[in-house]
Amino acid sequence: MSAPLELVCPAGGLPALKTAVDHGANCVYTGFRDATNARNFTGLNFDDASIKQGIAYAHQRGVKVLVALNTFPLTDNWLQWTAAVDKAAAFGVDAVILADPGLMEYARRNHPKLRLHLSVQGSATNYEAINFYHQHFGIQRAVLPRVLSMAQVEHVVKNTPVEIEVFGFGGLCVMVEGRCALSAYTTGTSPNCQGACSPGKAVRYEETPAGMETRLNGILIDRFGQGERAGYPTLCKGRFEVDDETYYAIEEPASLNTLELLPELMRIGVSAIKIEGRQRSPAYVTQVTRVWRDAIDTCRRDPEHFKPTAAWMAELNKVSEGKSATLGAYNRPWK
Amino acid sequence: MLNNFRLPDFTIPAALTRLGNRLPQLPPTLALVTTLNLALGRMIPREPLEMLIGKRFTIRVLDAGMTLRFSYGERGFRPLFDASKPDLTISARTRDFIALLAREEDPDTLFFDRRLLMEGDTDLGLLVKNTLDGIELPRFDAARLSPQELLHRLRARLNPSHGI
Repeated sequence: MSAPLELVCPAGGLPALKTAVDHGANCVYTGFRDATNARNFTGLNFDDASIKQGIAYAHQRGVKVLVALNTFPLTDNWLQWTAAVDKAAAFGVDAVILADPGLMEYARRNHPKLRLHLSVQGSATNYEAINFYHQHFGIQRAVLPRVLSMAQVEHVVKNTPVEIEVFGFGGLCVMVEGRCALSAYTTGTSPNCQGACSPGKAVRYEETPAGMETRLNGILIDRFGQGERAGYPTLCKGRFEVDDETYYAIEEPASLNTLELLPELMRIGVSAIKIEGRQRSPAYVTQVTRVWRDAIDTCRRDPEHFKPTAAWMAELNKVSEGKSATLGAYNRPWK
Repeated sequence: MLNNFRLPDFTIPAALTRLGNRLPQLPPTLALVTTLNLALGRMIPREPLEMLIGKRFTIRVLDAGMTLRFSYGERGFRPLFDASKPDLTISARTRDFIALLAREEDPDTLFFDRRLLMEGDTDLGLLVKNTLDGIELPRFDAARLSPQELLHRLRARLNPSHGI
């Protein structure tokens, strides 16, 4: 019998970490208050005192703390990233989530006991890539990009000794993780190097007679009519005029919700389910962690008859971005 | 079960909104800035708020007809008496502001649902939101404000032998 499926929940601050722990997370993933992680938003994340408190709180309750250091350092700021690895190791985190191979090598050499996870930002979609990271840097878990069908996830799981973590719930984007240049193109800031997609300094919302307008660096990217659900201010989810028609030309705001796939994810041997949303508040973390804990426990008891309850789905739909929740690529019939 | 108490969805009737619009805005603004100043340096840390110094804020409680204008400076929050353009305006209904304070609702959820609007300098808004989210609040239990619970506490106070 393989190890039980772990629930990995987001925390943008200490109250979120505590509520994730209290409501049944097995792991909580976090970030430091700088560009070393891909949720580098103003006021978000952990300073040294709060991460230490968070680690102590989680460890006392048998919950692991992971730190995302999943952006790509450049030559002139390399030392900031290695210092973050040193700090995470010194504070006793259970793993660091890395995307940059240079940083993995640094961590392996300097902190051989520190567990390494390959971030979704590393964009490894096949087992050869994952096994390469395993052989060279000893990564023990890989977070899969949200582009694979269930059959493809199963193929990866079968062909690697590395634990596989998949996204189970949360906001979706164009999924060119670690390589997306859309935010950098519009705002000069990218999630890959500065840790922020559509940073707050570039975003403006305004209520107008025509609806709520969202601008990114002065460029109108969407207008939401009365009562229409809004999405995050990212370029990929903007509406654009193409051949005299204005529509979501790249991607419609939508959230991933794989609750109904739980039995299948367990059957194929996925090790962990990740909940997106370190930028969200403790209220979201409470609501989502509670539902997923309940669902995973229910599914483990009787996977044959597992069916998401209407109450779970309603709770998750309520906090979702956009007007629809999808199964993403997991249930794609084609490969 | 009171533990499952959820703040009901309510909107203050339009007649009261119109009345609220006509009432002086200084008393509620004073109440807000006094509360914020009391929390400053205790529950709300000063250091992350440095970016707010010299900035002007407006809180619009839409269904109560309240527009609260204030600024932040070295000496804390203070009311503003002129209506010049603020750096950040946050608008929502009374119910949703309470739900946010009680950590019953997530601001992004309310934003997706078009119940919370942040106009002006979004980065200031993120700082405010994330600083508030990072505060360890004494648990605000909305269930303690339910009619049954209030009645129960009142009875206990009038008749202490029954206790709470």
